[in-house]
Amino acid sequence: MVNLSVNLSGLTLSNPIIPASGCFGYGKEFAEYYDINILGSFCIKGTTKEPRFGNETPRIAESCSGMLNSVGLQNPGIEHVVQQELKEIRAYYSKPVIANISGFSVEEYEYCVRCLRGIDNVGLIEVNISCPNVEQGGMSFGTDPEMAAKVTKAVVKVADKPVYVKLTPNVTDITEIAKACESEGASGICAINTLSAMRIDIRKQKPVLANITGGLSGPAVFPVALRMVYQLYKEIKIPIIGIGGISKVEDVIEMMMAGATAVQIGSLNLVDPYICKTIINQLPGMLEQLGIDDINKIVGAAHR
Amino acid sequence: MGIYTIESIRQLTYDTYEMTLSGDMSWIKAPGQFVNIKIDGFFLRRPLSVCDIDDRYMTLIFKVAGQGTKALSMMKASSQLDILCGLGNGYDVNVSMYEPLLIGGGCGVPPLYYLAKTLKNKGITPCVILGFNKKEDVFYEDEFKALGCNVCVCTVDGSYGYIGLVTDIMDMFDYDYTFSCGPEGMLKAIYDKSIVSGQFSFEERMGCGFGACMGCTCKTKYGYKRICKDGPVLFKEEISW
Repeated sequence: MVNLSVNLSGLTLSNPIIPASGCFGYGKEFAEYYDINILGSFCIKGTTKEPRFGNETPRIAESCSGMLNSVGLQNPGIEHVVQQELKEIRAYYSKPVIANISGFSVEEYEYCVRCLRGIDNVGLIEVNISCPNVEQGGMSFGTDPEMAAKVTKAVVKVADKPVYVKLTPNVTDITEIAKACESEGASGICAINTLSAMRIDIRKQKPVLANITGGLSGPAVFPVALRMVYQLYKEIKIPIIGIGGISKVEDVIEMMMAGATAVQIGSLNLVDPYICKTIINQLPGMLEQLGIDDINKIVGAAHR
Repeated sequence: MGIYTIESIRQLTYDTYEMTLSGDMSWIKAPGQFVNIKIDGFFLRRPLSVCDIDDRYMTLIFKVAGQGTKALSMMKASSQLDILCGLGNGYDVNVSMYEPLLIGGGCGVPPLYYLAKTLKNKGITPCVILGFNKKEDVFYEDEFKALGCNVCVCTVDGSYGYIGLVTDIMDMFDYDYTFSCGPEGMLKAIYDKSIVSGQFSFEERMGCGFGACMGCTCKTKYGYKRICKDGPVLFKEEISW
């Protein structure tokens, strides 16, 4: 028997596979396809203080081995999420989820985290300081170490759960931002969010996305994400959740060897709703092939 | 849901193809639902409306609009496709109506065929307006006629059938309900012209096609709806342009 269970700051996951925020809704649509209780956990759709419609459509474009989105944090607001979505989740998911929150000011982040106090089916808070699709706020907190530190400090103070900060790759040195978060008490780092990108419709001679730019995700970004997780593992001591273009079981293992304790799978869920289930089923066999009896032994293996 | 086999593929016009597939059809519950097809070499699936279905086969009609549909058009019979099936709400045929008018424009024509068939099975033979840009674009006129429908075709340039837009010939019919599918401009024109209730099937760029990504959200009078999951069919009363 191969051990797949991993620990994220006291939260034990039966396996390291976590669907990423924004690619899994609140899990309901996927629960129609398979029993999602097999997942280590899952990240709910990014939540802000106020309800948001998000950006105008088209919000989706395609690229080689990937896609762009400019959804722009559409969500019903933290109060609705706490009152309704998180309660409804209990009907089809019995483990704690990861609550992803965003804000346009330090106070908004703080407010959302306060709302999540005492909610026992939230096991971890993922603070998104990296959304590339909203004006002011979002990514601006994630591109400046001082701002990242400020947000982290504020939310850690009011949170009753471990706080993981989700970082953007759209920076010169991601390790600087991560170190700032670590020094202000972040329990872990999630990396990476999408890469700022765009496409142009050559017939209309206009950008495809109504928002002009969007975030690139999918297998195209996997090597970039892997490199950043590798760099982060060298520089910080807190756990890393590796995110970015994971599409198969081998990618999970690579990401963990680069230094991730767990991984998130994002856009692949949108094209193959069964991807997480498939990967979870394949993990033990893959590890056995590699002669590994405990998945924790591969975390950071590429550094040794 | 799952793997489907291409039984046949036939070219209907210079850019429009009809593909028949076999596999598990139990996912499809209503006319106007769509499928989402994985095409080798392309990351996102391609959503296509279902034109016809029975216990064993489904027919899809698609226009070559880009690289993905181009690749799909070149596939051969007996090859297999990974398809997410039975997506979206589809048309509700259990509404109060006696003389429905079906209006399709271009790529919006296919889902109306299975709708017409479904209505016929309920004992209602609908009138149908098919709108195209020009003569070379016209398809499925005979198929609708074979169902016994009163069919009128119009072309924007007048090269076939009546001259003009679908809304120019709506007055030729007595109807108490509309079912439509086509470009948003056409849907809006039908919405404005018709004084009766109806259902409108919308198109939008989609990420997943099953309600997870919020890529295709639109505003309605009753809140935000996902075209792929809460649509693609919206009732006239809820549409907010």
